[in-house]
Amino acid sequence: MKSGWRSGRLLESILKVVSLLAVIIPLLILTFFLITVFLDGESRLVPQFLTSYPSYKPEDAGILPALVGSIYLIILTSVIAVPIGVGSAIYLEEYGNGGWLDNLIEINISNLAGVPSILYGLLGLELFVRALSMGRSLLAGAFTMALLVLPIVITASREALRAVPSSLREASYALGASRWETIWQVVLPMSASGILTGVILSVCRAMGETAPLIFLGALTYLAFLPDSPMSPFTALPIQIFNWISRPQAGFAENAAAGIVVLMVVLLLLNGIAIYFRNKMQKRI
Amino acid sequence: MMDNTHKQSISIERIPLEEASRGIRLFKEGLIKYLLVFCSLVSIFTTVGIILVLAFETIEFFKVVPLREFLLDTEWTPLFYEKHFGIWPLLLGTVLTSAIAIVVALPFGIFAAIYLSEFASERVRKIVKPALELLAGVPTVIYGYFALLIVTPFLQNVIPNLSGFNSISPGIVMGIMIIPLISSLSEDAIYAVPQGLREGAYALGGRKLPTIFRVVIPTASSGIVAAVTLAISRALGETMIVTIAAGQQPRFTLDPRVPIETMTAFIVQVGLGDAPTGTLEYKTLFVVGSMLFLMTFVMNMWSQRLKGRFQQEI
Repeated sequence: MKSGWRSGRLLESILKVVSLLAVIIPLLILTFFLITVFLDGESRLVPQFLTSYPSYKPEDAGILPALVGSIYLIILTSVIAVPIGVGSAIYLEEYGNGGWLDNLIEINISNLAGVPSILYGLLGLELFVRALSMGRSLLAGAFTMALLVLPIVITASREALRAVPSSLREASYALGASRWETIWQVVLPMSASGILTGVILSVCRAMGETAPLIFLGALTYLAFLPDSPMSPFTALPIQIFNWISRPQAGFAENAAAGIVVLMVVLLLLNGIAIYFRNKMQKRI
Repeated sequence: MMDNTHKQSISIERIPLEEASRGIRLFKEGLIKYLLVFCSLVSIFTTVGIILVLAFETIEFFKVVPLREFLLDTEWTPLFYEKHFGIWPLLLGTVLTSAIAIVVALPFGIFAAIYLSEFASERVRKIVKPALELLAGVPTVIYGYFALLIVTPFLQNVIPNLSGFNSISPGIVMGIMIIPLISSLSEDAIYAVPQGLREGAYALGGRKLPTIFRVVIPTASSGIVAAVTLAISRALGETMIVTIAAGQQPRFTLDPRVPIETMTAFIVQVGLGDAPTGTLEYKTLFVVGSMLFLMTFVMNMWSQRLKGRFQQEI
């Protein structure tokens, strides 16, 4: 009996250690990867790297058009995706009554979240680039990315709306406000920081996404900056992909330096998102 | 706000005006509702758009290439002079890399979920869970770099005759990427197992270990399977890692050491090559896209059904 009790304890400790390792090992591997990338790209992390155009000579090449293109892309994407996504969340949370249409929309959103991103690229190519003749432009890229991040915006916004206590809505109705007035003046301000967190997460996704942009003609040799939504453009992940695909070692260093820049931008954005999430949790 | 000040100054003469403004208000409310419905429909249009685009070009493709050839030929060479259109090499490439990824991600994901739900304190859990989710937040093009320039050179020291492009290295890296998909959703499932069941097991003299493996995990099993199914779907559709590190050589093989090509990598390859619209090469994009859509769609639906069943059971 006693030895059975002991071996039970022992097995439990083993399980605890094994399961702890299952958490620690992947995180260590990621840390190791990131440190290696930083060391690979360190020599190229100079100010000129941020302010130069691409070049066939790796030591002269920079990421200016890619960085600017990515920033324009995420701004345009948000301008398109946020009103539609938040509107959709408001409908589902505040107006929806669980009818067949609402169910269909809900199932559809969770399915869309699982569609491989590259298929959005094919949709963008046929719909925005060709059928709506936007060409391979910033605008076509932004519309495609907006459809891609829509499920993220909707899901996060719904959670934020759900967190607003219904007593506040009832108080607003009691004061004679209509449904929309209640949403606009009570519910949305209360859930703003939660929605913002979701928007930032979707921006991170749009910033790092590579595959769909291949079809939207994100070029890699751009000697100018995009000056209108109809301009051709390039983006940071596409530029990194292009450099990785080249055999010369110099370009691998550029790719590593580009990765460091992309990771820094993403970590900053995530930091902002965490800040707003904490702010929201304090408030509600 | 405007309406409130209005109401305070109600007088008999102003009733008709009130009626009119009430009509405007109702009209505005209705209009807003329809705008919001339209916003919700955008996601439906997106799904319909993807299906239509894929279906249209796929039908065009099968007018030229017989379905028999697509399903039975073991070569895929649509970009060569002598064209073959057998889907098997791409399908095997996709299944092979995904299988390697799942083999890597499954033990880590499940044990991480056990740690988070059964051993970690609330404080540790609050830090570790988002840290793990960071793994899935790193852009895939960066994982592609890891696979090609860090993991493959390392593995070449261990595995003799490992080609510079292979399926084992992107498979492993993809596995690391999908660990949080399995761990987070499995943890949700394990966490949802009622405390009463655990206490019941303890009351019958069960220790922690048998309780976890004989009571908690079996109860959470359909939720865990739902998580794994979703992870498989993600692995099938993953693009950049396999495009960068697995190669561009469609091959009818399950050897993880040689260059292969996945369905997603083929789509990228044609996309970069800029095949002219209307050509057969261009249509192959959408045929392979359709296959990919069908496979991931079935996985996603299945995962959702399992999840729904789990929520009913609990």
